[in-house]
Amino acid sequence: MSQRSTGGGAIVGSFEGGGLPPDDIVVGALRDGDEAMFAALLDTWSRGMLRVARSYVSTDHSAEEVVQDTWLAVIDGIDAFEGRASVKTWVFRILVNTAKKRGVRESRTLPWSAFERDGDVFADLGAAAQGARVDGASGWPTPEGEALAAEVRVLIAEALGRLPPRQRVVITLRDVEGCTSDEVCEILEISAANQRVLLHRARTAVRGWLADYYESVKQPE
Amino acid sequence: MKRFIPETRAVNVVKRFTCDELAELLTAYLEDALDQPSRDGVRAHLSCCEGCGRYFDQFRTTIKVLGDQPPEKLSAPVRDRLMSAFRNRNRHHHDPDRRS
Ligand SMILES: [Zn+2]
Repeated sequence: MSQRSTGGGAIVGSFEGGGLPPDDIVVGALRDGDEAMFAALLDTWSRGMLRVARSYVSTDHSAEEVVQDTWLAVIDGIDAFEGRASVKTWVFRILVNTAKKRGVRESRTLPWSAFERDGDVFADLGAAAQGARVDGASGWPTPEGEALAAEVRVLIAEALGRLPPRQRVVITLRDVEGCTSDEVCEILEISAANQRVLLHRARTAVRGWLADYYESVKQPE
Repeated sequence: MKRFIPETRAVNVVKRFTCDELAELLTAYLEDALDQPSRDGVRAHLSCCEGCGRYFDQFRTTIKVLGDQPPEKLSAPVRDRLMSAFRNRNRHHHDPDRRS
């Protein structure tokens, strides 16, 4: 999609309707105090940032605070931004680091930790994925009805919440927010192979849960 | 070197996968991260295995459905706070008493 191999070329294509200009223009505008540019970034990226933050922290409120703190750090740091990564990568890295710190703090104070759930979900996933593969002979209904589509959206949101954090953040960035794999590798500082494994496990789990759901709503023939 | 003869089995050219192996390769296949023999092997398997064909369709449907989450945004107070933080930065920035 991106024509440029380096810099922020991918930034524009990654978000739907993302008509953001190239990085040098974005950075210049922010340094000049261009409020419209800052608002455009806020409105384009905060959606994905909220979802990513939720992979690490336990409540919507915490997620919003993480996003807020990230933007404050961006405002403070824009003059020092060196342009070695794209602006988007830089912002999302700050986000991930902020969210991780917050998540660790929460896991110390809460009786449970999102990070400790990794184990059960794998057991879960095995059953769901296998079961559906064995007897999932029927095709899925096309989600034509708005009611069905709305139910599926809720199910997907719940499914994301059940994934182990590392899988959740990867599938959120890739499939929910439409980032490229290069962007995800840069943001999370993981290898392409690792990114692919996490993405594949997450997709497999979500497919299994979707299959269970479609099975449960199937009309008897 | 050799001419391709349809009756000849294409040894080492198309990999053969079991259904379970195939399921593990779908993301790599979609990412175009497989080598040629593996890619051809996935295609060959998908074209003749009904179950995996359907599984692949479901896999792709899952990806599509994931991209259909409702938009969400920052609450108005947080957005306002951030806009004024940006504005203030700007004000400080142009304040001659403050060196950056
Ligand atoms: Zn098969």
